[in-house]
Amino acid sequence: MAVCVAVIAKENYPLYIRSAPTENELKFHYMVHTSLDVVDEKISAMGKALVDQRELYLGLLYPTEDYKVYGYVTNSKVKFVMVVDSSNTALRDNEIRSMFRKLHNSYTDVMCNPFYNPGDRIQSRAFDSMVTSMMIQVC
Amino acid sequence: MEGLTLSDAEQKYYSDLFSYCDIESTKKVAANGRVLELFRAAQLPNDVVLQIMELCGATRLGYFGRSQFYIALKLVAVAQSGFPLRVESINTVKDLPLPRFVASKNEQESRHAASYSSDSENQGSYSGVIPPPPGRGQVKKGSVSHDPVQPRTSADQQEPASPVVSPQQSPPTSPHTWRKHNRHPSGGNSERPLTGPGPFWSPFGEAQSGSSAGDAVWSGHSPPPPQENWVSFADTPPTSTLLTMHPASVQDQTTVRTVASATTANEIRRQSSSYDDPWKITDEQRQYYVNQFKTIQPDLNGFIPGSAAKEFFTKSKLPILELSHIWELSDFDKDGALTLDEFCAAFHLVVARKNGYDLPEKLPESLMPKLIDLEDSADVGDQPGEVGYSGSPAEAPPSKSPSMPSLNQTWPELNQSSEDTAIVHPVPIRMTPSKIHMQEMELKRTGSDHTNPTSPLLVKTSDLSEESKINSSVKFASGNTVDGYSSSDSFTSDPEQLGNNVTHQRSHSGTSPDNTAPPPPPPRPQPSHSRSSSLDMNRTFAVTTGQQQAGVVAHPPAVPPRPQPSQAPGPVVHRPVDADGLITHTSTSPQQIPEQPNFADFSQFEVFAASNVNEEQEDEAEKHAEVLPVEKASDPASSLRVAKTDSKIEEKTAASAPANVSKGTTPLAPPPKPVRRRLKSEDELRPEVDEHTQKTGVLAAVLASQPSIPRSVGKDKKAIQASIRRNKETNTVLARLNSELQQQLKDVLEERISLEVQLEQLRPFSHL
Repeated sequence: MAVCVAVIAKENYPLYIRSAPTENELKFHYMVHTSLDVVDEKISAMGKALVDQRELYLGLLYPTEDYKVYGYVTNSKVKFVMVVDSSNTALRDNEIRSMFRKLHNSYTDVMCNPFYNPGDRIQSRAFDSMVTSMMIQVC
Repeated sequence: MEGLTLSDAEQKYYSDLFSYCDIESTKKVAANGRVLELFRAAQLPNDVVLQIMELCGATRLGYFGRSQFYIALKLVAVAQSGFPLRVESINTVKDLPLPRFVASKNEQESRHAASYSSDSENQGSYSGVIPPPPGRGQVKKGSVSHDPVQPRTSADQQEPASPVVSPQQSPPTSPHTWRKHNRHPSGGNSERPLTGPGPFWSPFGEAQSGSSAGDAVWSGHSPPPPQENWVSFADTPPTSTLLTMHPASVQDQTTVRTVASATTANEIRRQSSSYDDPWKITDEQRQYYVNQFKTIQPDLNGFIPGSAAKEFFTKSKLPILELSHIWELSDFDKDGALTLDEFCAAFHLVVARKNGYDLPEKLPESLMPKLIDLEDSADVGDQPGEVGYSGSPAEAPPSKSPSMPSLNQTWPELNQSSEDTAIVHPVPIRMTPSKIHMQEMELKRTGSDHTNPTSPLLVKTSDLSEESKINSSVKFASGNTVDGYSSSDSFTSDPEQLGNNVTHQRSHSGTSPDNTAPPPPPPRPQPSHSRSSSLDMNRTFAVTTGQQQAGVVAHPPAVPPRPQPSQAPGPVVHRPVDADGLITHTSTSPQQIPEQPNFADFSQFEVFAASNVNEEQEDEAEKHAEVLPVEKASDPASSLRVAKTDSKIEEKTAASAPANVSKGTTPLAPPPKPVRRRLKSEDELRPEVDEHTQKTGVLAAVLASQPSIPRSVGKDKKAIQASIRRNKETNTVLARLNSELQQQLKDVLEERISLEVQLEQLRPFSHL
């Protein structure tokens, strides 16, 4: 259901970004980039409390007329951004959360791989296939 | 021998081989030593090789000229394909696969050649022709010393190349050489014998260049890499021929197969063991992997941490990306560490990759870690859950209580596996709820069926006796002892019978012998609701539907109408629609009545009592049959349904209808009274989803109807019997209700616990 999925590192550079092939990828890249500001905003707003209390799922970051952008941040400040087509109605919050959870789990698996250096681009095939499964449902 | 026509592929292949053998770069003569090596590598029996030599004229000439060489190669191909060796066959055999040589392609392996030639020397064939340079081989052996390799060497001797491999091969170096040797053929030959020329050459070239580079590198390596190659080589399963279309693996395997087939028992054993599966690990390989594991982690039950594994596998010089992929495949529980099984799988994949196999996208089954604890792997973890689950339905038929304990037992397992796996993998957790649902369903199923109380019920009273519902029902039954019937037996057996019937029905896809309750509908998948507060409602609905078709309007989550077509669905559906449905019904009325079975029965009873006893009895019998299944629908279901005003009204009308229809003699008043009372109680019940209240409502109704019984003493016996039967039915229904409720309660608790577990697991994330 996602049209674009991105994993952003702590330093705000992308570790992984993938868009649905039909679309203009640059546009999505730009959207993700702008959403980083919103993410930071949300983090700082909530961050006054203890980190533990901050929820990982950030929710809808900002809507455009065509798309909605959702955010999720881990405790190590790795951000997941997902762009979803607005025409996809009935995409409930629960489902978005579950998608982010899957992303998080897959990301953890990638991290567990000793051959993966944190900070590298994510090239794991398992991660790719998981993201593909999330994006394919768009149709 | 003249006029040898070669296809392009063959031409290229042969010329390559020739250059390989042409160590002196004469361009005209292939070195005998190399040639012999090659032939040895072709895995043909010695006499065949001799024959080939003769046929191609080398023996005559004393050397292998290019043409002789080509002819020989062609003959090798012929022989390998199983055709008789004849001069004519060179050109007549069409579509001959390229001759397969297992360990013949290494150019840089002059030392290999040396070892080979020493072999050939030992073999003693072509003695006159071959100038074996044992010295070279010896040099080789000395150069690389791999003590750990020693154990391998014995295995090496069994190396595919030949049974004749002399002990000379065994020295530590040989594995090294063998490895490279093997690597090449497997890399080079792998795809080729059966494919086109193009792909063959490129990999071959690559393999050669790769190996040459790798050789130098490898020699500096610890044993593992060479061992890997050797091992992988030896291991390559013969089965590949079956997979001809499969890329690298197939050809490799065919090669290996020919190799293996020509050799020792060990090889044959290896071959047979690996015959089934290209990814299977042979014993020797496994032993080797285990030894390597020990060098890193002496405890075989322990883990190899990721960093150590990374170093180890980095030595194999595979690209990091591929190593990363291998890791992903082999770290089954995703814990960042490798158990022995995982390590063996990873090692095997590395070996395979080095031999030119492509990495699979998913871990092959033979490589899946099988020794993992239940808690560790999602796969294995699911299985006990599944087993437990399947076990419970099996138990359910005999009795309900055992099924509950079994659920209890399975639950911890499920929980455990879901706990652990949840940490690693979200999947198992999700399994749990569905399992619970299924169990729920199963239980409902078992509980919903309900045959004649009189029939085989006397089965297992013990189980039911354990259940509280029995107690309650017993109480209820005892209340009815007035009627002179001890309900306990029939009652206890009823639910079981129900269970039996249900399960039977289920298995027979709903066809029930009698009009036993239709099989419960499949549990509705409501993932979003599974844990919501609506759970009860769902369950309740499921139960109700399970029991009987919830045709009532009021129940939005209408379950597909059960095949229990007996009138029950019909009238039930109609009920809300036509208040007059009654007309139909002497058949329908009983069905409508079932919603308040006791009540209905009583009304009928009253009516019958008033009029012809016979008729009533017959009717009752019918109704009983119908009612029974309907009752299952369970009072809760019925009461729920009844809860709807419509149904109520209809009930009333239905109640009155039969009375009216029948004969309306005796007191219509009494019947309606119980009806109304029942309705009232149901009204009260309606707001409550609780089936217990429903049960009590039913109880109340039944009790309420009790008084009417004495009235009809007049018509008595049959009436009494009828009422007894009805009471029994009520009892069973209530008992079943009870058990179902308890089951639901259990399920809810399980879900709650699983949710809590999930919560627990998610919480740790908060403090990364």
